[in-house]
Amino acid sequence: MKEILENSLFFGVGISVGAYLIGTYIKKRCNFFLFNPLLMAITITICTLLLTGIEYQQYNNGAKYLSYLLTPATVALAIPLYEQVRLLKKNLTAILVGIASGVLTSFISIFAMALLFHLGHTEYVTLLPKSITTAIGIGLSEELNGYVAITVSAIMITGLFGNIAGAGICRLFGIKHPVATGIAIGTATHVMGTAKAMEIGEVEGAMSSLSVAVAGCMTVGAAIIFEGFI
Amino acid sequence: MHNIYTSIMKYIVQFEIIIAFSLIGELLNRIIPLPIPASIYGMVILFTALCTGLIKLSAVKETGKFLIYIMPMMFIPATVGLLESWSVMQEFLTAIIVISLVSTVLVMVFTGHVTQFIIKLKNKEDKQ
Repeated sequence: MKEILENSLFFGVGISVGAYLIGTYIKKRCNFFLFNPLLMAITITICTLLLTGIEYQQYNNGAKYLSYLLTPATVALAIPLYEQVRLLKKNLTAILVGIASGVLTSFISIFAMALLFHLGHTEYVTLLPKSITTAIGIGLSEELNGYVAITVSAIMITGLFGNIAGAGICRLFGIKHPVATGIAIGTATHVMGTAKAMEIGEVEGAMSSLSVAVAGCMTVGAAIIFEGFI
Repeated sequence: MHNIYTSIMKYIVQFEIIIAFSLIGELLNRIIPLPIPASIYGMVILFTALCTGLIKLSAVKETGKFLIYIMPMMFIPATVGLLESWSVMQEFLTAIIVISLVSTVLVMVFTGHVTQFIIKLKNKEDKQ
């Protein structure tokens, strides 16, 4: 049985989508924030792999076809953005200044905590891209000579956290305006947070997709300055 | 004649247009020596095409929304990959988790409040 699953092309997608459906079902039944469909899907998939002893590489041999769709899906984020283009033009200054302050906050807070944890240069630059979307993050981490695998992990932890808690954090800290909510979630937690912002509302989703692109580019630009700090 | 085949054809055309923009993004990513991924180039160019009227919203809407709707699922394989990097991370696992979470909260709160503050300021100006 294990051998069949290990060599299967469909096991990876099957278990991932199945686990996601279970997650969605439980979320529907019991609306507790930790019952996040994505978090549950990941937990179920990891447990299945650990219990059956199937290697990640073998799982990913099939599951990579899910990741394959990520590029077209991100391209499609232009659609909600276009639908909200009037709102974008109206609030352009607020949006750009907001995203820039977010990128700056990200760098300063990572710098301060890197000092606190006595991290070396390599560890510090590894964490700098943690708030931006994976593909830009990988490129930036390579550019700065960081540990790329760890950058990806930090990006995933950040994104998952945004997907689970983004809406709650905004509510808790009094961020009420839909444009501000979207910009906050997208700047801090990239495309994974955006997926959640889409569920909150169309404006939130559109603004979040915009900030993923803008924050990503600003981060690449500003990293060159901040890289030398540690 | 309007039947299921015509609407399916419409979705195939929409899918092909989105893939075409992904392809353009991929080409730009190869040509331009910046760490900006194909998806971001593709998104910016599709947005420009929509704004200039080169591509109509109806030419991409349904399939695009479908892709966006199922997007959370696409993050499962990469995040399950945390399993692989677990051993590399162990040495400074606490630092990674604490820095990731604390800085995320700070970024979200700052970004949100700065944006909200400027929007309110502008609204006041407009009223006066």
